[in-house]
Amino acid sequence: MSGPSTYEPKSGITRWLDRRLPILRLAHDSFVAYPTPRNLNYWWTFGAMLSLCLIVQIVTGIVLAMHYVPHIDHAFASVQRLERDVPFGWLIQNIHAVGASMFFLAVYIHMFRGLYYGSYKAPRELLWILGCVIYLLMVATGFLGYTLPWGQMSFWGATVITNLLGALPLIGESIKNWLSGGFSIDQPTINRFFSLHYLLPFVIAGVVGLHVWALHEAGQNNPVGIEVKSKADTVPFTPHATIKDLFATTLFVILFAVFVFYMPDSLGHADNFIPANPLQTPPEIVPEWYLLPFYAILRAFDFNIGPIDSKLAGVLAMFASIGVMFLLPWLDTSRVRSMRYRPIARQFFVIFAVVCFALGWCGGQNPGRILFKVAPFSATMNWVTGGQVTERSIRATSESEWQQAADAAVAELRSQGAGMTAVTREGATSGRITGVIGGNQQTRVVSGDTSELLEEHITEVKQEVGPATPFFAVERSSPARFTVTNFSLLLTFYYFLFFLVILPVLGLRERPERVPDTIAKPVTQGAS
Amino acid sequence: MAEAAHSAHEGDTTRRDFIYIAAGSVAAVGVAATAWPFIDQMNPAADTRALSTTEVDLSAIPEGQQIKAMWQGKPVFVRHRTPEEIAAAQRDDYANLKDPQHDADRLVQEDGQPGKAEWLILQASCTHLGCIPTFAEGAYHGWFCPCHGSVYDTSGRIRSGPAPKNLYVAPYVFTNDTTIRIG
Repeated sequence: MSGPSTYEPKSGITRWLDRRLPILRLAHDSFVAYPTPRNLNYWWTFGAMLSLCLIVQIVTGIVLAMHYVPHIDHAFASVQRLERDVPFGWLIQNIHAVGASMFFLAVYIHMFRGLYYGSYKAPRELLWILGCVIYLLMVATGFLGYTLPWGQMSFWGATVITNLLGALPLIGESIKNWLSGGFSIDQPTINRFFSLHYLLPFVIAGVVGLHVWALHEAGQNNPVGIEVKSKADTVPFTPHATIKDLFATTLFVILFAVFVFYMPDSLGHADNFIPANPLQTPPEIVPEWYLLPFYAILRAFDFNIGPIDSKLAGVLAMFASIGVMFLLPWLDTSRVRSMRYRPIARQFFVIFAVVCFALGWCGGQNPGRILFKVAPFSATMNWVTGGQVTERSIRATSESEWQQAADAAVAELRSQGAGMTAVTREGATSGRITGVIGGNQQTRVVSGDTSELLEEHITEVKQEVGPATPFFAVERSSPARFTVTNFSLLLTFYYFLFFLVILPVLGLRERPERVPDTIAKPVTQGAS
Repeated sequence: MAEAAHSAHEGDTTRRDFIYIAAGSVAAVGVAATAWPFIDQMNPAADTRALSTTEVDLSAIPEGQQIKAMWQGKPVFVRHRTPEEIAAAQRDDYANLKDPQHDADRLVQEDGQPGKAEWLILQASCTHLGCIPTFAEGAYHGWFCPCHGSVYDTSGRIRSGPAPKNLYVAPYVFTNDTTIRIG
């Protein structure tokens, strides 16, 4: 792509260096002379921000490691000490914590950019896959790092995530214990999580090197998705891309600074300011915002699929949702790269982006929360005032005949004029039947917006009627309803539909829009 | 040399093939033997495994109360049930249960001996998402999980809410009349 090197050492020292270690030549060819398409827009500036984020996280992280103590009794306090006592510790700690969020913000925009403009298509498949590897490493690093402050969310987040692996059949429990180094999240866990959290950013840096190498080999994609054909379509990286990246990155750093200085804790969870307590769970365990969509997919299944139970189904779907990204270059069959010229795919892409946001929203909600229901929860209560109460015991000759005996007892009491009967089983073959004969039958219907409210209303009526009333039958009816879990399932369905069905099928069927002559003519030199 | 090339052409096994396979095998075993210590070091260490049993003195727990004992870093409910709670648990053996189980089966010790009705030893982890249920709350006065509203009875059986299973029984044995060993 970049062609033969145009670097010419000017001074004696650089000439000496160039003969021995052509590092300046590499830098010049990669970041000065490197030709970039001249039509790149601002969505192409996030790579620079991501490099900055990685450097910021490594630099601040190394400093934090000088003060942090990876011990269950001291970790929380050492982070508080960093915030309060260490000179500028508050600044460095906040940059690191906010930096994680900014890193993910930038990477998500970077990924959606690649998706929209088809930057994963030949010859950039490996470039995309290396990016997916970086993203996966980022998720792992972010998760490990979130455990280290040893607050309630740290502890319980780690517990929930390691328990996920326990859902795998046969080997799950062993893997879980292997990962945590014990039978629960404890001292061995925090120690190794610290070690790995320190290691992984350097692995990321290595893969970033490969990512940039692959980028410079294949050349950058561009908003129209048509390969640059001549030198006329490109401009040198410096100053054009350098200045543009610098400007966009400055805006990004301003946003970064707003969070660091004005609302450093707004992206975290309040419960993480409570030291980890293995004896008490927080009311709701949620991950950091950037993992919420995957958390929603994890919790989307509340039913078993054949031999796969609901928990395992969620785990498999969550891993598959990242795994499917690795296959994207071969799932999208369209020969047109940019969605600018794919009118139908563009609409599905917009829905996909909305679905990802909606999944994120679902991940932060209580899964049982009801979004719509056709009617309120209601209950019909029957009781009898007055009348004569009869109580008899029931004996069945064997356990299997219990039901017959109970039915017979009910029928007998009913035939004697009992309006209501109740059977209580007390053992394998024995029980009790109570019935009331005569009296006034009363009925009342109550309803409530949630099942909890309904129970409250029922309790109120019970108290009003009084415990002396021997009979109180409650028949509850729950309306058909649509919960956050149902919504998550629907969104998860679209997520996979987009990758596994829409992109493969649409690529073969869709009729792309015509590329404007102003672009097509100079590029193809009027060949078509 | 010519002979070896000739044999290879015929598809016969040569001494050279044997050397390749033998050297490759030794290298593979060497890699595995080198990797294994680095993988196995992450498994629970001897001192962690030594903590895998916990002794609990029952004499300190009054009737109607429970304690949370730590076993393998996780809490375990040790509940001293009242006669009413025991009666309620036994009566509901035949109630409509999501995960049907008799109270007596939930008291069985690790060695298969029957347990004592007043002592219920359960893992303190909601079978839904692993939260710790609160004591003597909910409609059945067993446990109530504050996270998503699962209700357990005085035998630790799931009665309502999203949890799929009863609270798991912790493996335990009575070492004498007033002491149990968990794990």
